[in-house]
Amino acid sequence: MSEVARQVPAQRAVEYRGGGFAPSPHRWVGFMVFSVVVILAEWGTRAGWISPLTLPKPSDVLVTFQDLYTTGLLFQHLGPSLSRLFVGALIGVSVGVTLGVLIGLFSYVRSGMVPVVAAIFPIPKIALLPLFVIWFGIGEGSKYALIAFGTFTPTVVATYGAVDNVDRTLIRMGQSFGLSWLSIVRKIILPGAMPGILSGLRISLAIAIILLVAAEMLGAEYGIGAYILEAGSLYDLERLFAGVVILSLLGVIISAAIGLVESRLLSWRA
Amino acid sequence: MDIIVKSLSHRYGSIDVLSDISLHIPSGQVVCLVGPSGCGKSTLLRFIGGLECPTRGDVMQVGEPPQGSLNPLTYVFQDFALLPWRTVRGNISLVLEDHGIRGAAAREIIGETLARTKLSDFARALPKQLSGGMKQRVAIARALAVRPAVMLLDEPLSALDAQTRELLMDDLVSLWTRQPFTAVYVTHNLAEAVRLGHKVVVLSRRPGRLREIVEIDTPIENRTAGDPELDKVQKQLWDLMRDEARAADEELLHV
Repeated sequence: MSEVARQVPAQRAVEYRGGGFAPSPHRWVGFMVFSVVVILAEWGTRAGWISPLTLPKPSDVLVTFQDLYTTGLLFQHLGPSLSRLFVGALIGVSVGVTLGVLIGLFSYVRSGMVPVVAAIFPIPKIALLPLFVIWFGIGEGSKYALIAFGTFTPTVVATYGAVDNVDRTLIRMGQSFGLSWLSIVRKIILPGAMPGILSGLRISLAIAIILLVAAEMLGAEYGIGAYILEAGSLYDLERLFAGVVILSLLGVIISAAIGLVESRLLSWRA
Repeated sequence: MDIIVKSLSHRYGSIDVLSDISLHIPSGQVVCLVGPSGCGKSTLLRFIGGLECPTRGDVMQVGEPPQGSLNPLTYVFQDFALLPWRTVRGNISLVLEDHGIRGAAAREIIGETLARTKLSDFARALPKQLSGGMKQRVAIARALAVRPAVMLLDEPLSALDAQTRELLMDDLVSLWTRQPFTAVYVTHNLAEAVRLGHKVVVLSRRPGRLREIVEIDTPIENRTAGDPELDKVQKQLWDLMRDEARAADEELLHV
């Protein structure tokens, strides 16, 4: 045996190179980012390195918001907006889900309607507002129609995609046990498409909030959208921002509500 | 109730999948279908259960299914095909609901089949909580619940690991010995075929033709691992298939 062979080889730990690529939620980070932005804005506007023409003081926005609340104007604006949002989105989503399921089930409906949906999807719905005013009147009708139309197309696309993605082996299983067509649709296809439909709903409802402001451009005295547009034309930045904050909060609340429904309805997902 | 397959042939587009298959599946026996991959054995099973239509030939059922059989031809699938949003109980209840069996009657059948497959403690579990072997047990329980005349098992153990496969095979054997059933069992595993089959049908590679039918006389309950007689049959089957299995493996896929 030579001297070299009897030497103990050096030991070192194996270098770790796995991990990562798995983002996990940290709730407080979101609040931190948010607070930092608000504090920076407050500091800047107070110190003067942000001119009051570009950004209102966050504290002033808060005061405006408080005024809105104490005068009761907040609910006077929020009430009509929420009802427009609710009725419009309800019509759009229910018609959209129905048509989406039909497209997913029937070849003729698919061949006939998919091109139509593709044709109306890219139309900026805001451009159609004058048309809707003629069709449905300057009152609530045109506002419902605009929001319904805007939520309809993304819902259809999400729904038929979800129906297409239902595991075919489950459908074959249903057939092999002699389940009726209706049972297969009700007990296999609809629950199987639910995850896709709900994630489509997230997008549709966000679009509904965007269109709410557009819908209140014409013939609306009250409503968050009307309030923002009025503030904008008067260049009243505090009120503009107060309105925008309300819309943001609305979006966050709706998104959280869908999250809640998802965790209730889709707890079966692995 | 017997099943007779009469000179059945099938082609997908320009590709012959099955060619002139004739087969008799007698009541109370387990017929295993083996063959190299892509020989159309699962396709043949789908014809037998009426999930697909052959280009030529017929599948006939001889005699009436026994009284009380809700779904005479019942499948057990390789990937279990359980509804993930229903519990074990709900998955079994699914196949009873369409026959108008609900409430107490359904509870009785579900309780009985769960007991038969030793699943009583898992009635409320969701599929995502179950291991692969448990999922397949649920699928077998679901199949038993509709009192099939013929069970059509499509590689039921292929998605499971070796140990679970062994356990489930024992369960299938004891289910059969306690109450013999008619079954067509598709597998690529020759050990499973000689363990459970009264007849082993060997198909050639595509287009699948009947190569040979090997009968195994040893009663199923007396078969044990390492039985020299069974080993001989298994070797005989492998000799029949080896060259074709290699050729099938080296074939280009037409997709």
